Amino acid sequence: MTVATLAPDRTWIPACPSNRLAAERGVAVLLPDGRQAALFRTFYGELYAVDNIDPFSGAAVLSRGIVGDRAGEPTVASPMLKQVFALRTGACLDDPEVRLDTHPVRERGGVVEIAAAPDARTRT
Amino acid sequence: MRQLVVIGNGMVGHRLVEAVRDRDSAGAWHVVVLGEEPRPAYDRVALSSYFDGTTEEGLRLPDLTARDGVELRLGDPVVAVDRARRAVRTAGGSVLDYDALVLATGSSAFVPPVPGHDLPGCHVYRTIDDLEAITADARTATTGVVVGGGLLGLEAANALRLLGVEPHVVELAPWLMPAQVDEGGGALLGHLVTETGVTVHTGAGVAQVVPGADGRVARVRIGEGESAREIPAGIVVFAVGIRPRDQLARDAGLELGPRGGVAVDAACRTSDPAVYAVGECASIDGTVYGLLAPGNAMAEVAADRLLGGSATFPGADTSTKLKLLGVDVASFGDAHARTEGALEVVLNDAPGRRYAKLVVSDDAATLLGGVLVGDAAAYASLRPLVGRPLPGDPLDLIAPGRGDGGAGVGALPDDAQVCSCHAVTKGAITAAIAEGAADVPALKTCTKAGTGCGSCLPMLKSLLAESGVAQSSALCEHFPQSRAELMQIVLATGITGFTELITRYGRGRGCDVCKPAIASILATQGGHILDGEQAALQDTNDRFLANIQRNGTYSVVPRIPGGEITPDKLVVIGEVARDFGLYTKITGAQRIDMFGARVEQLPAIWRRLVDAGFESGHAYGKALRAVKSCVGTTWCRYGVQDSVALAVELELRYRGLRAPHKIKAGVSGCARECAEARGKDVGVIATENGWNLYVGGNGGFRPRHAELLVSDVDHDTLVRYIDRFLMFYIRTADRLQRTAAWMEAMDGGLDHLRAVVVEDSLGIAAELEAAMARHVAGYADEWRGVLDDPEKLARFVSFANAPDTPDPTITFGTEREQPVPAGPVSLGMPTTRPHHVEV
Repeated sequence: MTVATLAPDRTWIPACPSNRLAAERGVAVLLPDGRQAALFRTFYGELYAVDNIDPFSGAAVLSRGIVGDRAGEPTVASPMLKQVFALRTGACLDDPEVRLDTHPVRERGGVVEIAAAPDARTRT
Repeated sequence: MRQLVVIGNGMVGHRLVEAVRDRDSAGAWHVVVLGEEPRPAYDRVALSSYFDGTTEEGLRLPDLTARDGVELRLGDPVVAVDRARRAVRTAGGSVLDYDALVLATGSSAFVPPVPGHDLPGCHVYRTIDDLEAITADARTATTGVVVGGGLLGLEAANALRLLGVEPHVVELAPWLMPAQVDEGGGALLGHLVTETGVTVHTGAGVAQVVPGADGRVARVRIGEGESAREIPAGIVVFAVGIRPRDQLARDAGLELGPRGGVAVDAACRTSDPAVYAVGECASIDGTVYGLLAPGNAMAEVAADRLLGGSATFPGADTSTKLKLLGVDVASFGDAHARTEGALEVVLNDAPGRRYAKLVVSDDAATLLGGVLVGDAAAYASLRPLVGRPLPGDPLDLIAPGRGDGGAGVGALPDDAQVCSCHAVTKGAITAAIAEGAADVPALKTCTKAGTGCGSCLPMLKSLLAESGVAQSSALCEHFPQSRAELMQIVLATGITGFTELITRYGRGRGCDVCKPAIASILATQGGHILDGEQAALQDTNDRFLANIQRNGTYSVVPRIPGGEITPDKLVVIGEVARDFGLYTKITGAQRIDMFGARVEQLPAIWRRLVDAGFESGHAYGKALRAVKSCVGTTWCRYGVQDSVALAVELELRYRGLRAPHKIKAGVSGCARECAEARGKDVGVIATENGWNLYVGGNGGFRPRHAELLVSDVDHDTLVRYIDRFLMFYIRTADRLQRTAAWMEAMDGGLDHLRAVVVEDSLGIAAELEAAMARHVAGYADEWRGVLDDPEKLARFVSFANAPDTPDPTITFGTEREQPVPAGPVSLGMPTTRPHHVEV
């Protein structure tokens, strides 16, 4: 196994005003490189962002999925074919071989911000 | 290893092979099954369900070749048995040696040799091929004649009815099903069957099948002398009886029974000790049994003998319980009171549409048999009591309101048979439950009980319930309750929010299973479905009030009540689709679907439509979709009622009604049924005297015709019953359960539903009607609700940080001059390739 730790270019971009991100109702964010993220706030106030593109259908729809939990793990279900993804890790809980990129998210001065590049990931 | 050759792959042959494999743990036998039909063994008892949407796969019995040491050769019938060489030869020329041979060739339908019996359009009712041929001919027939009023004849009549052919049944005996029921039961049966639209001719024989100019069946001449008459018939089905298929045995010089069939002894052995015969081809004690239960018993005996056992045929249990044309009929034990000194206890309740007779011993201490017509619920508990002391006054066992309405299965001794098809005792079932069988499917697998005619299924459920095995009806990991229970909680507590409900009655934060189900329950309490936290419960379709498509765009369906639309409104739809670049298609529900709208385009599209007088068609919701109609008396020369006006009225009444699943309806202006109403959850068909109401129809994956709930009711009564039906469904069905599945799972089935809806047996009709009245009064268009609310409107953007930028992954190509998805192109480069892409 090779471990590549990338030093992330942590550019933060404003996604939306805080009051625009309601609990359990995701929004899509267009990133500078043309990619898209799905941004969520859980009922308990945690913020998460994952790829907006559903890897099973190829459609940019994950921000429109139902947010909930599976055994306490916060999740979003694809609105297309209902596969469930863990918001913390991006892992698909219905298919261990599929994983979404995750993006760091923070809230500053009434604005939700998202990192332009995804989290560095340990890959094999 | 020795070779066992089995000729015949019907239900009994199948059972024999299973029984041999179950017992042959040492692997003494290699089994070769030779079947004539090209398909593997199927459930012939359930053949009629083929017309209710069961597929050939659904009828198929467990695959024998999945077991070791079984070889299955289909489509190659055996043509000769050489007993001297111990070998059989097939039509294809194969020769197989055997150490033991089992004849399980079954029977063929008997066709009386009346003139014209072999004309094109004449059929028998025996195999899937027969059913397919009947289906093909039924397309051009309006009336059909079934010759034979026994159980097979009534099944055939029902099949014709389901195929849209008006059936006539001709029976030589003075009443229907003379082998099973007595005169009193037969009288009620004839009456109930006639009510279902079948014309019954009893005491009449068929004289001739008369061809038309095209050489096909055209009429059937019945009766003789003064009572001779003709029935027009585009199709004729013979169902008068069976003949054992004993030709192979005959040619091989085996002894035959007095009325045909291969003669066998109590060990099911023929006159050649290496050859056995089982099922409908066998004559045991001079009798050929055309029923599954004796056949299975023979299969068990023969299998036991092949493995060195000493089993003997226990005697035939000819008990039957069936639902024919919606009428329950059961017959068990000495139904015709032939035992010397037998006494009869009869309940003949014509207004209550039930007939029950018990036959008891001369001292009234022992139950000998009985007949039940109209209501056979007591069959399950009565049949096992045959030959046993009566638990009390016999009248208490058949008269409701007296005693406890029949002895419960719990009161049965362990050696009483619960499943007579497979001879499974109560003891065997309770033992299986104790060993861990926790539900009916598990019991079916490990005991075979319930896999024959299915009449013992209620007893299996009772035994599971009595043993304390809990059937989980939990919605998901977040709610231990079923949907119906959560509905009751919401109705009783007045809870209006998900968070309050899950905090008090569930755990966690929900999922894509429970959230939409609870959204649907809360929607019945009024308000816009995107109000407050309800918006976060909705599936994407409800959340965007449109139908998501494979590229992440949506389709938009405005309501077109009854399918009636003005030219001006048609023009508006055309202009909207053109201006927004949408693909258009006419739907099966008489509306127009516009595809390819991006999220941020939806409000502008709705604005144009709403301004022109349109509203949401709820194509996205688990809700009333549309009410389809024919043109009725307005234009049609055949129409007898104004189907369009009623369809429009019903669609406007029930629009926006949220339910466990989608609801479709149809209204036809005459019996020609051009609106295909019987394929809908609610189907209304006009009659000369009013309306017939059908419920529980379904297209889709498992098609099912709607069943007649009431006939010839007036407009107000009709609407009241539909109100009650729909609200009862909404309150009690499981999540994502269509009305068809809901009715099939309902204890008491259609009769119970009719009691609730028509007779108000639960005393809830007024409440159901009031709930519907609240729905009707509280309806508001959901699209307009978004357009009028800036907070809701703000959700309809492509990106939170670029609200008007179209999703760059959505692109279109052109097909047949219309835009279609071209892609989507994956710009986001997911870290893993998709495993399967929806196409």
